[in-house]
Amino acid sequence: MMKTDFRREPLYIAILAVLLIVGFFLPSWLRFLLQTALAGGLVALGVALQMRAGLVNFGQGLYYALGGYAVGMLAAQAGITDIFILLIAAVLVSTVAGIVLGLLLSRYREIFYAMLSLAVSMILYGLLVKAAWLGSTDGFNIPPVSYLGWTPDRAVRPDIYYVTTAVLTVIACLATARYLTSGAGMLCEAVAENEIRLEYLGASPRKVAFIVIVVASALSGLGGGLLAMSTGHVDPLMTNWTTSGGFVFVALLAGRGSTIAPVIGFFLLELVRTYALDLAPNAWQMILGLVMLAVILLLPEGLWSLIERRRKA
Amino acid sequence: MLKFTAIMLDGMNYAAWLFLVAVGLTLIYGVMRILNIAHGAFYAIGAYVCASALGVFYAAGLPGALAFAVMGVVALIAGVIVGLVVERGVLRFLYGRDEVLMVLVTYALFLILEDAVKLIWGVESYFVYQPYAYFGFVEIGGLPYQVYDLMIVALAIVMGIALWFWLERSRMGRMTTAVVADREISAAMGINVTRIFATTFAIGTVFAVIGGVVTAPKIAVTPGIGVEVIILAFAVVVIGGLGSIPGAAIGAIFAGYARAMSVHLAPAYELFAIYAVMAVVLAIRPHGLFARASGRKI
Amino acid sequence: MSDPILVTENLEKRFGGVVAASEISLSLYPGETLAVIGSNGAGKTTFVNMVTGYLKPSSGTIRFRGRDITGSSPRKTAQAGIRRSFQISQIFPQLTVLENVMIAEIAAADGKGGLRRAALTDARMQTGRAVLDRFGLGQHSDTAVGTLPQGIKKQLDIAMAAINDPALILLDEPTSGVSSDEKIEMMERVIAPLKADDATLLFIEHDMDIVTRFAERTVAFYEGKILADGPTREVLSEDDVRKYVIGGVHA
Repeated sequence: MMKTDFRREPLYIAILAVLLIVGFFLPSWLRFLLQTALAGGLVALGVALQMRAGLVNFGQGLYYALGGYAVGMLAAQAGITDIFILLIAAVLVSTVAGIVLGLLLSRYREIFYAMLSLAVSMILYGLLVKAAWLGSTDGFNIPPVSYLGWTPDRAVRPDIYYVTTAVLTVIACLATARYLTSGAGMLCEAVAENEIRLEYLGASPRKVAFIVIVVASALSGLGGGLLAMSTGHVDPLMTNWTTSGGFVFVALLAGRGSTIAPVIGFFLLELVRTYALDLAPNAWQMILGLVMLAVILLLPEGLWSLIERRRKA
Repeated sequence: MLKFTAIMLDGMNYAAWLFLVAVGLTLIYGVMRILNIAHGAFYAIGAYVCASALGVFYAAGLPGALAFAVMGVVALIAGVIVGLVVERGVLRFLYGRDEVLMVLVTYALFLILEDAVKLIWGVESYFVYQPYAYFGFVEIGGLPYQVYDLMIVALAIVMGIALWFWLERSRMGRMTTAVVADREISAAMGINVTRIFATTFAIGTVFAVIGGVVTAPKIAVTPGIGVEVIILAFAVVVIGGLGSIPGAAIGAIFAGYARAMSVHLAPAYELFAIYAVMAVVLAIRPHGLFARASGRKI
Repeated sequence: MSDPILVTENLEKRFGGVVAASEISLSLYPGETLAVIGSNGAGKTTFVNMVTGYLKPSSGTIRFRGRDITGSSPRKTAQAGIRRSFQISQIFPQLTVLENVMIAEIAAADGKGGLRRAALTDARMQTGRAVLDRFGLGQHSDTAVGTLPQGIKKQLDIAMAAINDPALILLDEPTSGVSSDEKIEMMERVIAPLKADDATLLFIEHDMDIVTRFAERTVAFYEGKILADGPTREVLSEDDVRKYVIGGVHA
């Protein structure tokens, strides 16, 4: 809990600098992949945060999609293209959803939390798939965004979008690090380990769980909004369980020591996925599933200590 | 009045179907503590196997009534094979691991099986409507109703009773109940837990496959049908209480009638009806209507 | 004598048809140290569980500092100033000793902005280390708790109960699981810092040496009821207590 990078602001500034510098040397396809992975990495970070409190969210894609669709619907249907308004809306919508669901789900633990979060995200998936006015399974395209009235033209747009994503992702990671050093963040592990004792010490485990759910929803909403801006497109797959399962997988592997690790992990997953989709478009899920099984079956148990530790306690 | 009859019949029909697809899920969880997401894939496999088998069957020009025997046989064979392959091939290496980790395992299995289905059957749709039309209609309270749908109700009742009978009356079933009550003591008493797990998983899988087989004649069999089913089955077991078989029946009835009512009274909210019931039940009884009490002792 | 800090009146707890505790009327006065003795099943832990909100009494009232707290949750009773330790130590095994104590400090600040504010402050770490030093746990502060011996775990459990100066601390069998030749030493290590804060102490104990040595007053439970209540030496010499309680322990 204390041997982490949470308190080192210079580290985040350094990471941002590296991201920006590297961005100018990467081939454009790889930089774009990195950009979308940064956005998705925020969702993986949200899942990892909840895992600290022992909550495994199999439906975090819900907030990802809400953020994405908030940006998409405002830009494509209401004609609002200012990126700051759009992203604030994305965070707002997903946070409100996080508050409502958090009130309902914060009393559940373990299998029930996993199952209910998955069910809720699939309800949204079902709704989006059936919503013809939102393009059903195809989703819809989003017009280019503007910055305080300036719409970057085609030549500079990729650079601007990349910088926006990199800056906001790093700021979000920094804010998350602040949260982790607050009382609410510090008590997460206590909730996972022994919440009855926590009650006897005078704290409310449910409140701690609620706060982490809301923080994670805000992060994921921002991630969804950034993805919508980057790709100019949203579709219901964002809240499909394939997507959410990928986040859980990454969060498990990334561990709990860092706010950056889930982002890097998600980038690696995206890289594998890109190649797998190229090699075998209809077997991508199978490859992901086999990799997951292999990791779970073959890697030493220590890696899973995060969610298995309570059994031994 | 007609509307009332329609709600009663549709609700019953839908409840029966939900029970068939949910009871295997709750059985497996109750005995093995595995929330099996791959259950949805088993259902899809059932639907595809049925479509293929009946396709061959009708192409051979065999008499229509035999189709039902074919459906029964393929459901049993496919269910037992798939169940045992998954249990012996993967799950048995992971017994005793964290429940949430097992969700990730069955989730991975679901992904693998979904793509396996696509590789075997392709992405186009299959139609085998003949069994659905075979019996025609019967009039109930002035309403023509598909006999096939009534037979699904009968099948669900028979299967439910058979499962209950197995658990309560057979030696193997009683040992299974003992394992549910206390795994360590059961193993210490010489009950073969490994065999119980394999049997339970196979039975649970057969239920999911039967669900797919009997549904295949009513729908277009296409990729993705397993997803909706697993989520509905989740809702049913959440309402009833995870791991409880009477709970699965009650949950199916609640969800089935909720859907039937919304279809006939407020069609726009059809999708929400079941989830609304789920939300209300969770608000009143957080772990479902038939949840077993489990509290941590200090 | 000053006003009592804790008053229970006719507390009763039934589980179905079984009466686990009844007619428990007890007053605790500020600063006193009280031992609760009785054989297993006499209602001692049931009493502690009712006072700390884990069990809701079937009837009767509990007043703490003049306020009715009957049926309050563990969290509310903790916030009101009642803390406890456990027969089987209840700690956070994956975290270090210092982290455990800091969790206790942060938890005590819940409801007072404690969740919002930065928690990992130098001041808090210092307080945490000071607490550990007082309880003789200083040398273990950076060790993961799960790996420590049972006696140290129990000491930590008690140290956590003492965080934030509670007015009343209930220790459920502080020396159980500790080897008999270490029991007195361990009690000395924890009682001294607890008394230094003027806390009112109640501890459940089976070892009469420890009771005689550390408690000014003793309450004997028998079959869910109070058999005797008074100065320790008097209670321990009562015939009924010798016959039903002390005899019962050694039988």
